[in-house]
Amino acid sequence: MARAKILGRLTWRVATVAAVRDETSSARTIVLDVPDWPGHLPGQHVDVRLTAPDGYSTQRSYSIASAPEGNRLELTVDVLPDGEVSPYLARVLSVGDPLEIRGPIGGWFVWDPEKPEPVQLIGGGSGVVPLMAMIRARETVGAQTPFRLLYSARGPETIFYRDELRRSSENGSGLSVTYAYTREVPQGWERPPGRVDASLLTQITWAPEQEPISFVCGPTGFVETVADLLVSAGHDPARIRTERFGPSGGGS
Amino acid sequence: MTEDHIDGNAAGGALSDVFAVDLTAATGQCSSCAQSLALAEALLYTQAPGLIARCPGCEEVVFRLVRGPGRAWLDMRGMTCVQFELADS
Repeated sequence: MARAKILGRLTWRVATVAAVRDETSSARTIVLDVPDWPGHLPGQHVDVRLTAPDGYSTQRSYSIASAPEGNRLELTVDVLPDGEVSPYLARVLSVGDPLEIRGPIGGWFVWDPEKPEPVQLIGGGSGVVPLMAMIRARETVGAQTPFRLLYSARGPETIFYRDELRRSSENGSGLSVTYAYTREVPQGWERPPGRVDASLLTQITWAPEQEPISFVCGPTGFVETVADLLVSAGHDPARIRTERFGPSGGGS
Repeated sequence: MTEDHIDGNAAGGALSDVFAVDLTAATGQCSSCAQSLALAEALLYTQAPGLIARCPGCEEVVFRLVRGPGRAWLDMRGMTCVQFELADS
């Protein structure tokens, strides 16, 4: 189990938007400057609170995308069409704007760089975000832990962090990346569009005998399916960590 | 099982209003079916006026947390023997 972090009760703090970066046509990375940020573990999330002028307030949880690094924090937010919070974060929020956040939160869905066992990351859509924090943290600390990422997305245009993932998987450090497209595939792609299934999992994930720890993140249906397939394939349920987003994507 | 739940992990922020340690990695036992679980593994329903967490084994309620103006209600009778890391003082 990851070490529990004793933080005392968390309070809301005001971050400032330092930069924004488009990831896809509907998703954006928001770089936050957070004074006195206590640091975080890869996989943790923050709560974001928006308050309207009339006092109406609402909050959502967003995974942290960046490796721990000083007072900087990155979130990647995908717009949900009917969302109350995500369209504001992904389209309206600008450099210099304040944003109320609370965190870091969570001690379960976190990767500990000191653990030697191979790591299997399986993300659906924006479920890749906390997995990216783990990949980045691995690189930051120079860990050689064998990592495999299976990234399921609607199509090539919806992939986050594509260039960075290519670089990180080609530098010989022991990270492999496999894309699985559910609706649209690039020309000449070896696999027809489809959901992650048992044969793909067997083909590209670590064998149960290697005792990997698996992190599965995405929409609830995706996570349930993948976790069930891993258990059927012989993986120890205690070594499968999941994070579900709900019916259709990250937050709203 | 429906798809409208998320993980107990998402209750971490709300629980941190109450507890000084991270409770999402805490483990306990479902008082209904005796399954051991981490709070992060509970099925969390957020559509109610509050947070309702259910056991992933039997789907009985393991905890409820409701916030009102200036107060909170916490009911954890569905989860017993909660264990968490705590630094020696």
